[in-house]
Amino acid sequence: MSTVRIPPTLRTATGGAKQVEVPGGTVREVVAGLIVLHPSLESQLIGPDGDLNRFVNAFLNDTDVRHLEALDTPVGEGDTLVLLPAMAGG
Amino acid sequence: MAIDIHPAPTTRPRRILGMRCRNCGVVQPIGLSYVCPACFGPLEVDYDYAVAGVTLTREAIATRAPGIWRYAELLPVDAPPARGLPVGSTPLLPADRLAPVLGLDRLLIKDDTRNPSLSFKDRAVAVAAARAVEFGVEALACASTGNLAGATAAAAAAIGLPAYVFIPADLEPAKVDHALAYGATVVPIDGTYDDVNRLCLEVADETGWGFVNINLRPFYAEGSKTLAYEIAEALGWRSPDVIVGPVASGAMFTRVARGFEELASLGLIEDRPIRFVGGQAAGCAPVAAAWAAGTDVIEPVRTPDTMVRSLAIGNPADGRYVVELVNATGGSVEAIDDLVTAGAIRDVARLEGIYPETAGGVTLAAAAAARRRGVIRPGDEVVALLTGNGLKTPDARTLGHGDGVARPGEPGLAPTIRPSLSAFERWLGGEA
Repeated sequence: MSTVRIPPTLRTATGGAKQVEVPGGTVREVVAGLIVLHPSLESQLIGPDGDLNRFVNAFLNDTDVRHLEALDTPVGEGDTLVLLPAMAGG
Repeated sequence: MAIDIHPAPTTRPRRILGMRCRNCGVVQPIGLSYVCPACFGPLEVDYDYAVAGVTLTREAIATRAPGIWRYAELLPVDAPPARGLPVGSTPLLPADRLAPVLGLDRLLIKDDTRNPSLSFKDRAVAVAAARAVEFGVEALACASTGNLAGATAAAAAAIGLPAYVFIPADLEPAKVDHALAYGATVVPIDGTYDDVNRLCLEVADETGWGFVNINLRPFYAEGSKTLAYEIAEALGWRSPDVIVGPVASGAMFTRVARGFEELASLGLIEDRPIRFVGGQAAGCAPVAAAWAAGTDVIEPVRTPDTMVRSLAIGNPADGRYVVELVNATGGSVEAIDDLVTAGAIRDVARLEGIYPETAGGVTLAAAAAARRRGVIRPGDEVVALLTGNGLKTPDARTLGHGDGVARPGEPGLAPTIRPSLSAFERWLGGEA
């Protein structure tokens, strides 16, 4: 199991939960597992191409997954995945 | 007969309609929010331009006090704030001595080195701070590459809020000192700007503080439009052929374009095409790389390697919108080596009397690069946005070009001379 931290914008879909324990061996599987647990997240997290919506950035243990193996990045027991809005900063 | 003492309900039309998602178009009420709850896209302030245009005329603007609030109808606050720093109305200066050095026929410099905290960030922060006061936040905060640190700290001081300024721990000392001087709590983070920004996203969620460039970003970004309004007004209500500016997150660059579009839609300027040229530091140029590769998918830069700290954002939020703008207008995004940037800083300072920080050097070098590329053409009128002051980046000027010991008639630092006329005359005669 890994921990997914949920930003406030998405907490309506998780019943207010700030973090969710999700199974899965890659970032892709963890995101898919999160959507299985909370199906209404799909429209917010997944883009038309089936990948993560371009307005969502995913960080595994505080590293942008695009600097790792993107959605194929392996996720281990106890890892933390954070989903954050991309449109910030600067 | 009873007299109706209740006033007629005011039906004054609303100028600010709400916050609209740039991605899916859903509108929601104004609030301390920046993310569309439906699709995660960016929220932007939605105006009724017909209402704004009723009172925003050239004649009305001419009667108003200097500063960004002279264009209040196009800013996302109900009324100008009661307290705040005097921001904006910076000069647009012809740079006739520098222009030929860059290969340009006509160059004007928008000199934003002289805002209250010495950068354009005062514009964005003034608007964000005004909203922060309305929202009743406990503190003003930011994730900063440097200029924003000073701007946020200064604005917070002026309105009487605590300031929390998050910076990369290895930021230029002058910028850290600047924020500290205004009484901010400065929090250095062991990481890149992008690490700082990611952390601040979570801090904003947990604390409810008003982060000017995160949960106040829809308002903050609007402040940069005033650069366009001031340029148009200074040109006698028209636009230039080319705008050249720095690209970090891309928020300022894209909002300057929006500002000109708004003026044209209101009939305040003629709707003429403007080419937009962006400058990035070669050591952190994710937007320039995407543009050169013909894509709008930005590959983030993990470890920026440049002295141009104010542009060292590896994961620029508005990067794809910069590429869209540049492609739509026939512009370019240029990647500039630090040595070239340093030379451009020296040139504009010695030829025009304007001393910009590193992003200004990048901008001027980008203008020269765009001219060589043919994006800027002979006869073009070019406006360069110099967005920060050189005193913030004092080491940049001498990169690859030390000052040396000056002889008479040369720029540079003369040797220390005894306070006697004969000693001076010996130096002047070339003996010392």
